[in-house]
Amino acid sequence: MDTSLLFIQTLNGLQLGLLLFLVASGLTLVFGILDFVNLAHASLYMLGAFICASLTYAVGNFFLAVLIALPITALLGWGAERFVARPLYARDHLDHVLATFGLILVLDTAAHLIWGPEGIAVPLPEAFRGQIELSETLVIPTYRLVIIAAGLAAAGGLYWMVVHTRLGMLIRAGASNRVMVGALGINIELLFGLVFALGAALAGLAGMLIAPITEASIGMGNQVIITAFVVIIVGGIGSMKGAFIAALLIGLIDTLGRSFLDDIFKLVMSPDAAENSAPAISAMLIYIIMACVLALRPQGLFPPKVR
Amino acid sequence: MSARTIATLALMALLAVLPPLFFYTGNAFWLDLATRLTILAIAAVSLNLILGYGGLVSFGHAAYVGLGAYAVGIPAYHWLYGGLESLGLATTSGLVQIPLAMVVCALFALITGAICLRTKGVYFIMITMAFAQMVYYAIVSIEEYGGDDGLVIDTRSELPGLNLDDPIQLFALAYVSLVVAMLIVRMITRSRFGMVLRGAKGNAERVQMMGLNPYAYRLTAYVISGAMAGYAGALLGNFTTFISPEMMDWTRSGELMFMVILGGASTTGGPVLGAAAFIILEEVLSHFTIYWHLPFGLLLIAVVLFTRGGLMGFFRGRK
Repeated sequence: MDTSLLFIQTLNGLQLGLLLFLVASGLTLVFGILDFVNLAHASLYMLGAFICASLTYAVGNFFLAVLIALPITALLGWGAERFVARPLYARDHLDHVLATFGLILVLDTAAHLIWGPEGIAVPLPEAFRGQIELSETLVIPTYRLVIIAAGLAAAGGLYWMVVHTRLGMLIRAGASNRVMVGALGINIELLFGLVFALGAALAGLAGMLIAPITEASIGMGNQVIITAFVVIIVGGIGSMKGAFIAALLIGLIDTLGRSFLDDIFKLVMSPDAAENSAPAISAMLIYIIMACVLALRPQGLFPPKVR
Repeated sequence: MSARTIATLALMALLAVLPPLFFYTGNAFWLDLATRLTILAIAAVSLNLILGYGGLVSFGHAAYVGLGAYAVGIPAYHWLYGGLESLGLATTSGLVQIPLAMVVCALFALITGAICLRTKGVYFIMITMAFAQMVYYAIVSIEEYGGDDGLVIDTRSELPGLNLDDPIQLFALAYVSLVVAMLIVRMITRSRFGMVLRGAKGNAERVQMMGLNPYAYRLTAYVISGAMAGYAGALLGNFTTFISPEMMDWTRSGELMFMVILGGASTTGGPVLGAAAFIILEEVLSHFTIYWHLPFGLLLIAVVLFTRGGLMGFFRGRK
């Protein structure tokens, strides 16, 4: 096996894992605290990418665009909470799933109406178009490192916020016992709205970061949301630590599986059989992992202590 | 008779009479629509067995429909291009394809259900969806059967005494199948088995206290539902004569769930009413605008927010 390829693919896996964490952390916040299943969460990922793309062209600077787009996606998340999620908190998960499924249709079509059916490519800022050469065979695009750094920074910020701030304390308290938090005189509606907005901004950020690589396109969230759900299920729903570890795990397994599974299969079967089965198995790999985890631990790897 | 029974019988009578009438007056398009509606209604009825009566929110039911359709397409493909003769699977005979569809789906339901049913609530919703995605990606990556692009079914299933190329006969088969499916689900849910299943939906602990194992009952219902959806898939493959992984995308499963809820879960006629409303709405809205998903999505949200018991809720049963 080629070590430099392994190194590069590991970095790619980390990058995917961190992006997944940005999406999954919002799902975890909303599900863990609000007990609300938000299928439309990744539509904010898509909207983040589109808004950022438009703004990049409008203001001519990708980073400025990201800074302006973040509060906009947060606001959209807040709106979704106010008008769709809030009336449904008391209902069961089935109603959440159906209503947010409807929201996906609305948001996808709205994006189609506003930005047209084609995707929008986002130009990378000049500074990050380069590559870093570690050796003759080892070349890493700078932007990948930027994504990894941004993902780690967001994860760190989130950790700091949840563990060390008053808002974080309320979020943790809300996750344990939201009735009690309400009884203590906390404006629970405001808290829930904030949590939703925060989750939306994180998903939006993931969409903005990926846009220069994949471009913004309709339905880009619909694949990500499933993977994000796999992440929070493997990690244990409601556990931020679980989401982080599972996101990196899933990101690495998916990326490495896609590039090395046929090599591994060739060790135990004929090259022909390996070539044929590897693509199918690697596409299914994360779902197989999830099934195995759930078969052994139905509550996920790191179930939260309460609930 | 309760209002609901009358509504259901009226609906089924309309569905029996109108489509052939359209066909013989030269509106073949409406027969097509009705056939699709009827086939999807079978899938919705099968989903209702576990979702409505069992309280098991399966978000992966489209996978069974897709598997059923591929159980028609793959043998037909090998019949034309060779391969799999030794297994007896290179055939256009519906007497092989349809049982194959049901057996494959029942097996898949048995294996995945055994794992899924260990989990509860949102875990169950998501793991059923993940298993469906697994099938989706498996089919996408098998290039021999068209992968992403799908597969054209060159020859419809051959059934003794039936010619499925005739749209009226295909509709008749779908309609009779739907009636049988509704009767089967009705029979199951009113049997002792169904009572336990419905009891476990309300309170699984209580069922357990009575010395019954809810897991076994749920798994059985899950397998029956999967096989029935596979049958619907076999019909759908024959109807569209084209299959692609897209038909088992998770959004399709969402649509099936919507049909059940829209019409009214845990009622005999609800899933059929829901499928009819869904298909007709889709047809009408998409006629006006290519952005029909927007009003459709808003309507979905409104239905969830403001109605209880779906359309069948308007017909209150006298109890």
